[in-house]
Parts: sequence; C-alpha cells; structure tokens
Amino acid sequence: MGSYLDVLVFLLTGVVFVFVGLWAAYLFRPHRPNPHKLSTYECGERPFGGSWVKFRVRYYIFALVFVIFDVEAVFLYPWAVIYRELGLFGLVEMFVFLGVLVIGLIYAWKKKVLQWV
Amino acid sequence: MLTDIAARLQALFDQVHLWCSQSAFWSGVFAVGWSLFKVVLIIAFMVVNVLVLVWLERKVSARIQSRLGPMRVSRPHGWAQSLADMVKLLGKEDIIPRSADRALFVIAPIVSFTAALLVYVVVPMGPSAVVSDLNIGMLYLAAVTSFTVMGVLMAGWGSNSKWTLLGAMRGAASIISYEIPMVLAVLGVVMLAGSLSTTAIVQAQSGLWNIVLQPIGFLVFLAALFAELNRVPFDMAEAESELVSGFNTEYSGLRFAFFFLAEYANLVALSAIGVTLYFGGWQGPVLPPLAWFLIKTYAFIVLVMWIRWTLPRVRIDQLLSFGWKVLLPASLVNLAVTGIYLLWV
Repeated sequence: MGSYLDVLVFLLTGVVFVFVGLWAAYLFRPHRPNPHKLSTYECGERPFGGSWVKFRVRYYIFALVFVIFDVEAVFLYPWAVIYRELGLFGLVEMFVFLGVLVIGLIYAWKKKVLQWV
Repeated sequence: MLTDIAARLQALFDQVHLWCSQSAFWSGVFAVGWSLFKVVLIIAFMVVNVLVLVWLERKVSARIQSRLGPMRVSRPHGWAQSLADMVKLLGKEDIIPRSADRALFVIAPIVSFTAALLVYVVVPMGPSAVVSDLNIGMLYLAAVTSFTVMGVLMAGWGSNSKWTLLGAMRGAASIISYEIPMVLAVLGVVMLAGSLSTTAIVQAQSGLWNIVLQPIGFLVFLAALFAELNRVPFDMAEAESELVSGFNTEYSGLRFAFFFLAEYANLVALSAIGVTLYFGGWQGPVLPPLAWFLIKTYAFIVLVMWIRWTLPRVRIDQLLSFGWKVLLPASLVNLAVTGIYLLWV
C-alpha cells in the first residue's frame, strides 16, 4: 500500500494548494462588489430567466452509450495485461467479447442513436 | 562539484531514513514527509512548465499567424509575459455571481486542479524518477483523467449562466465520447508491454518505439488527446468565438487561473504520457534520461500546439460522429490487429 500514500498526499496537497493560493490572493486583491458585478454575464444585457433549464436529451443518450463502452474497456484491462500468456484462447475470447459489443455498436448506429438530430 | 553535492545529499537522506526506520511512528512520518517533498517538487515543475508553455503557445500561434506575439515584457522576446499575467490574476477581484451555486462554483477549480496534479503521480521522467510506480498505472491514469469532466460540469452548472451550461454540456459530451477510443488505443500498448506500469511500458520500448508497431493506435490517441485537453479542433467546452469563454465564463482572478493552470498542466502531463506510450519515454542515447524526457515532451507539445493553431473548430455533431463512427471502430480494429500480431510474433 506504500505507493498509494503518494496518491493520497497529492490529492490532499492539491486541495490545500488551491485554498492557500486563494488566501494569498485575498491579502492584496480589491473587494468592492456591486449588484452589476455580481449579476450573471449575458453580454451586458440584464440576465433573462434562469439557466437551470431543460437541455437536450441527446447528451443523456450519449452518456448512456458511454457507460456501456467504458465498462467494457475496464473489463479489457486485465485481459490486455496477461494477453501474452493467454495465447490463442485470449484472442478467441476477445473476438467473442468484442463481437457482442460491435453488434451493439452497429445496432446503436442503425437506430440513429449516434446521430445529433 | 555537482556529483559531490548529490553524494552528500544521498548520505544525509540515507542517515535520516535509517534513523527513522527504528520505530513505526517515525517511519510513517518519514514516508509522509518524503511524499510531501515529492509533491512540492512536482507542483514547482508544473507551475514553471505552465508559465513557459503559456508564453510558448503565444509565440507559436504568433509565428503561425505571421505576428510577433508578446515582445514588451522583458527581453528577449517578452519572456516574462506569463509572470506578469500571473501577478495580474493574483490582484484581480474575486467575484462569485449572486445566482451561482456557491458550493459547486468553489469546488470546480479544486477538482480540475487536483485531477491535473494527480496525473503526475505516474509520469515516468527517468529510470527511477517517477513519483510512484503504481502497478495499475494506466488504469489509474484513465480514472484520474476522467475527473476533468467533473470539473467542467461542476463549473458550467454551478455558474448558472447560459454560456457556461452550454459549454459544459458540449464539453462533457465530447470528453466522454473521446475517452473510450483513447482508453482502447492505450490497451494496444498495454498488450505489447504486458503491464500497466508506466515504467514497464517505457522499458518495453528499449528496442523499438511503439509508434512503429501502433500507428493506428497513436493516431487515435492523438485525436482523442485534443478532446481530453479541450483544445481546438475539439474545444467544445470553451469555444470562445461562440460561447464567450465556455464553462469558465463566470470565473475571474485566481479561480480562473486555477482552471488555466490545470489546462496547461494537463497538456504537459498528457504529452508526457504520449511520449511514454509511443516514443520510448526517457530512453535515448548520450544525454541523461531527464533531458530526453523533456526534449521529447516539448516536441510533442509543439506538435499539439501546431495542430491547434492550424485547424478550425468542428461542430458538435461532426465531433461526436467522428468519435463514435471513426475513432471507436479504428481503435477496435487496432486492438484486434495487435492481438493477431502478438500471436504470430
């Protein structure tokens, strides 16, 4: 576990570094807020309505396809590491596994999921 | 002279190490202290590189557009420009819009910056000059680089502005779409090396660089790199000519600076990873490993900048269909070809 101590230290230091930086800037930056400065930027016009509104469902569909393929990639990592030892068995296994996913990709393609309509 | 100092430091280090290893408590303190030393070193490396790169990018873009770029701030060639910019950003007022989600707004730059910093843990700069040679290196990298999308989404949604929301949504869609081809392209290299450790991947290339064996994989990796880094031609998250500044429109002062820092730090880190995966990492004749690492990384960065200032931005629909219909099949073919090649050779 020793090598993961570095990861933890890097994680915590990254967070602390941002706060220390902001604190250092706080010491000599001006602070004179007014309602216009604090309003949302909309090209100088008065902001019109909120922004937390409905957005395209397409983004969600792409995210769903992404989840499927990302999980697939995670499954492939251990396989790739020991591929040389697996030999022909590994190759056949991969073709079966990827074949199913390629069929899925073709299905999504044909159903026009991958199209930005 | 230099070797003498190095030897003395080594002796001192060994003495402290020996003294600390007598009790469990002090060896723990020593381990944490050593980690802290490394993180300070890496942050310094990162900041210096970012300052150089901001200047370099402006010079490269100026060169490509037949301009001079920054010339005024100190001679030669305005080298202190990014230092001046940093001081300016430090002195800027910190504004959090009234309608923003304060918690998300504050956390977003922290996530972006920390994710960029975490990538450096597995970047190998020399035979033993790596912060921590994790045996799951490439998997760790895939996990850490995907934090970038969290920062972008948090900033875009938390700002509660139309520009930022549009930028963040497009950025998120492009980053996740290009992550899969990238991860699959990297798998080809993992198969050749038989290990996920970045150091082992470099050592496996002592005879032949992976670029020769993995040309398709490299092209897929390079294309996906631009989406991961939010750079033109795939800079959907920023798109400054249509979305003002994209996901970070509402940020000012140092909070903006942290996004900027993270972006360029990611450029260095992912270029270093590109060199590690395809160009033999720190290996090379005559010069020391660290020099080769820096030369190759900077050559890679200049290539990335060159492409960025040559190509126009693509539309989001073109971007997504290119990712899913060209890059993903190409990376799958690359995987299959690599599998067959390894069985024959």
